[in-house]
Amino acid sequence: MIPVKQVIEADLLIVGGGIGGLMAGIAAGKAGCKNVVIMEKSHARRSGSGATGNDHFNAYVPAIHGDDIEPVFQQTMQSLIGSFKEPSLMHKFLEKSFDLVKMWDEWGVNMRPTGDWECKGHALPGKTRAFLKYDGSDQKKVLVREAKNVGVKFYNHHPVIELIRIGDRIAGALALDTTTEEPSFVPVRAKTVLLATGLTHRLYLNAPTPAYMFNTGHCPNCAGGQGLAWRVGAKMVNLEFPYTHAGPKYFERCGKATWIGVYRYSDGKPVGPFTNKSDTLYGDVTSDIWNSVFEDVMRKGTGPAYMDCSDASKEDMDYMRWAMKGEGLTALLDHMDKEGIDPHKNGVEFMRYEPILHGRGVDVQDNGETSVKGLFAAGDLVGNGGCGIALAAYLGWVGGQAAAEQAKTVEFQKAEETAAMKEKMELFSSFMDRAEGADWKEANMALQQIMSDYAPAGPNKVRSETLLKAGLNYLGQLRQKAKEQMGATCSHTLMRAAEVLDLIDCGEALMNAALARKETRANHIRADFPFTNPLLGDKFLNVYLEDGEVKTSWREIRQVEK
Amino acid sequence: MPPVIDKTKCIGCGTCAEICNSSLFVFNREKDKYPQVKFPEECWHCDSCVLDCPTKAISLRVPLAYSLMHVDASSIHENK
Repeated sequence: MIPVKQVIEADLLIVGGGIGGLMAGIAAGKAGCKNVVIMEKSHARRSGSGATGNDHFNAYVPAIHGDDIEPVFQQTMQSLIGSFKEPSLMHKFLEKSFDLVKMWDEWGVNMRPTGDWECKGHALPGKTRAFLKYDGSDQKKVLVREAKNVGVKFYNHHPVIELIRIGDRIAGALALDTTTEEPSFVPVRAKTVLLATGLTHRLYLNAPTPAYMFNTGHCPNCAGGQGLAWRVGAKMVNLEFPYTHAGPKYFERCGKATWIGVYRYSDGKPVGPFTNKSDTLYGDVTSDIWNSVFEDVMRKGTGPAYMDCSDASKEDMDYMRWAMKGEGLTALLDHMDKEGIDPHKNGVEFMRYEPILHGRGVDVQDNGETSVKGLFAAGDLVGNGGCGIALAAYLGWVGGQAAAEQAKTVEFQKAEETAAMKEKMELFSSFMDRAEGADWKEANMALQQIMSDYAPAGPNKVRSETLLKAGLNYLGQLRQKAKEQMGATCSHTLMRAAEVLDLIDCGEALMNAALARKETRANHIRADFPFTNPLLGDKFLNVYLEDGEVKTSWREIRQVEK
Repeated sequence: MPPVIDKTKCIGCGTCAEICNSSLFVFNREKDKYPQVKFPEECWHCDSCVLDCPTKAISLRVPLAYSLMHVDASSIHENK
């Protein structure tokens, strides 16, 4: 049996030290909560998708946009992943967004690198630009410092592998101490929990390099946190809609809006209708609007499509290079330098990446609370708010405040004595007793194969009742085999085994949602329901576990409160 | 495979092992002189170790399979 350490008590346990988690910690600490704990899988200073930077912060900035928030709201709702954002939540977020910007600016994140507020990129030509351009290369360092200043306790290298629910509310969690090669269990009693585990990669076969599952656009270690919420019965939303990002081929890297050039066919014609010249203000939004563009041009034989910046001025190219550093793309820049690839002289081919759970997952109220009492969520694993750095900051902030307030009225429960905690300990100890067992990668690859074949992303691949039911059957078989056959040799591989089980649960939730949405909408293509049902246009689909059974239900989308 | 530690520059401070996004290093301060890259295939190429190494002892070797597909921009037709 893996050794069990002393129980930790937390008024607010935050799972994941990314942008959402850190903002929650700071908010709770500032609200007077004395016992805030952040458990982070790696190290909060460099964890998550914002590890080395970001450069676009969705915000309503009165100095730029004037007194009317509505044009910014409209552009926000239309951008990137469009219709799967809850209007009431997004409006409240935008109302607060400039306060968050000013906080970050005050704390030392470089929010106005040119000296003034500027919005650039991720925008349609001539339309309101809703993304503040900033330099986020130091954002994690700054936010960790601020969290420590208000007394937040950090447990780095402590992945949370299970949440514990008693009755109708959250009661704690089970973490692994992976600070040494020999793992230990760390049970946690928590009055409230805020889940901020990021988006989910490694669910589908890697698009650029199928043999390399860590060649991902965002953090590959954010893997399956939605599964933690799923197992305690939290309602999930929008899982059935595949989201795919795009970027350079074959080095998968997000940040396409930081490239200032035009997507062109090899004969020079622009791929999209939005621009025909390099531009730092708007860029080329073609792939934001036409999500499958780079896959489509290959299928049609009209490709490849290149990102072409060759008409840009030297000043604009210097700007792009600077912006890429702020976005955290230094590894890509170094690689291009070493290989002699100069975006001013070379067209770089772009491609569509694999589906990810990005802004797909946990359903939250406007204050970040989930359907399970005391369980909050913030960041890219939230399913009804789109995603991104600014929304993570917002939901972390309001969720941290709400959780701190709720914790005042809640007593600790003995999470460590629950059957769920004990079962999980026994399962994970069995992995360590089976050093010669199946490597976690085998199970992860098996999962990727099943997801890619039976619940693929459209528009060029389809789903159907027979495919999804077969996929669910295979996922069930895989989960059973993984539990019975996976082995781990150290704390690191044990952590990966936990991730795979979380990912399998994500796959199960996704396939059940895809089965229940009997229509074709966005990239969810049902061959057996090849139409879009207008009656479902104002509803979100929830999928969740209740007494061990998968349930689905529909709810109204919350509109802006008047 | 990435990352690559230049042992002539490494001072064994363990920063890379502590902050690695993928936790792919192993470093026992009591007995190891240098961190060991134990799980190279799990590197995300986030560059954190390169950026934070106090002696600039780390570089990333990007796998050949990740090579960027590119052309001379002049070959993209002048029709633009």
